[in-house]
Amino acid sequence: MTITAILDSFELGLIYAILALGVFLSFRTLNTPDLTVDGSIVTGAAASAILCSTGHSPLVALLASFILASLAGAVTALLNIKLKIEPLLAGILVMLALYSLNLRLMGSRSNIALTQSNTLYKSFHAAVQSNYSSLILGIIILSIATLSLYFFLNTRLGFALRATGDNEYMVRASGVNSNLMKLLGLSLSNGFVGLAGGLLAQYQSYSDVQMGVGMVVIGLASVIVGETIFELFTKTVPLLIRLLAVSVGAILYRLALAFALSCGMPATDLKLISAVIVAIALSTGVMKDSFLKKKISFTSNSIKPAKDGESYDMH
Amino acid sequence: MICIEHLYKIFGYGTVNEKLALQDVSLTMHPGEFITIIGSNGAGKSTLMNCLSGVEKTDHGNIFLNDINITKYPEHKRSRYIGRVFQDPMKGTAFDMTIEQNLAIAYNKDKFRGLQKGISKKEKAFFRERLSLLGMGLEDRMTQKVKLLSGGQRQALTLFMAILVNPKLLLLDEHTAALDPATAKKVLDLTDQFANSKDLCTMMITHNMSDALRHGTRTILMDSGRIIMDISGEEREKMTVEKLIEQFEIQNDRMLLK
Repeated sequence: MTITAILDSFELGLIYAILALGVFLSFRTLNTPDLTVDGSIVTGAAASAILCSTGHSPLVALLASFILASLAGAVTALLNIKLKIEPLLAGILVMLALYSLNLRLMGSRSNIALTQSNTLYKSFHAAVQSNYSSLILGIIILSIATLSLYFFLNTRLGFALRATGDNEYMVRASGVNSNLMKLLGLSLSNGFVGLAGGLLAQYQSYSDVQMGVGMVVIGLASVIVGETIFELFTKTVPLLIRLLAVSVGAILYRLALAFALSCGMPATDLKLISAVIVAIALSTGVMKDSFLKKKISFTSNSIKPAKDGESYDMH
Repeated sequence: MICIEHLYKIFGYGTVNEKLALQDVSLTMHPGEFITIIGSNGAGKSTLMNCLSGVEKTDHGNIFLNDINITKYPEHKRSRYIGRVFQDPMKGTAFDMTIEQNLAIAYNKDKFRGLQKGISKKEKAFFRERLSLLGMGLEDRMTQKVKLLSGGQRQALTLFMAILVNPKLLLLDEHTAALDPATAKKVLDLTDQFANSKDLCTMMITHNMSDALRHGTRTILMDSGRIIMDISGEEREKMTVEKLIEQFEIQNDRMLLK
């Protein structure tokens, strides 16, 4: 693997980490698998690309990415709350609808190139004059995103949101409108995803209507890879570390992909490799348990093996 | 004061499974009263509680809380005046959050939830002090996640969370049914301690007849969605478990004859 490939993986990983934070919010905090992501990331990229290409400020473009994608999340939440459609199905419906809407947003073009337009990465590079400008920018934006999410989750509102994912009965008994929390949670989650999409478009200098395929899986992979690694060391992981773990997971995932490519896998096999990585990451819990059981039965009879679910919790 | 007027609840209206879960239930509770509710399965005990807490919408009748008609209030809005403990110890707390975070969520029941700090230093100290009253040592485990607690500790914590902000009504739906006898006794003792407040109405569903008579100030027996016995004061003091079971069996026989 070349140094450039590793640097690229880090730069991309930092962007995908924001996507993973969004997925963490829906999948872990709200305990709802949300497939809107595959569509809303393109919404973010499309909004960012169209605004940058028409000469608007790249920062305004990112703001638009966040807002438009969070609206998509809100629609998914409303389909679930008001029309009682399963969250998984609601997400699929919105993802499908977004395909058409994203094309409209991009003016019926399947892709927009930003080679001639100003982007955040270009202006930051001009200001910093360093080969690592994209890396530094990525770290700055990710830090802001992670810290704001961390502080939000520790507010009164954030507590109510987290508890909604844990136990809806409890939050309603505590005077919280659990539906409102779901709406807020899915909107925020997709907002983060849209922000990642917007950054991605500015980083690669193009936006493509197809770029969303498999993004949910990438987000999940990052969340799970990160968690698995940190859970090897400690059982109770504090919230801030869990959020950081998500970023670590996203970068490791990019590195794994880059490694597979450097081993001679064709780029068309990327999605296959992604699926395999996620399957491996998901099965580590089972493998760790069976490994632990074997080890214990050889060493001592008095220690009971870790129960399923104790060492690998879904929440 | 809680006033229930001619409450009806029908499940599966218009289907073959139609069931009249509550039939013309009227009940007035005065502040300080502690009602124990008994009745066989399907008598409508839990449905009555669910209608009071807003989990189920009623089909007819009104519920007044201190002269305010709350019949149309959504569940979360009623929760500001109503504390609840469920039968399932998993239902009352957010298990992946710490004890103090759970307490903070319950404590902010009637406050605005914005971007303020989720839990302040002052609140932490306050919770710690109040929690020590439970005598379960939970005050030293404030930052531990609730999933590490036993069922009994969780029920005690849920009960504590339910009365933390002085509700007008406390609903206990077989809250000791999943606990071992010693823990159940401990939780029931705490229940008595908390229910012994001047402006709180308490309702407790139980399948244990002696508990139903030993605790509280008033006992009602429900059958087929109706209140068929309502005793308090002297009449209740003279009541024994044997007589109660007799009542119960008569009702069951009647049901069989129907």
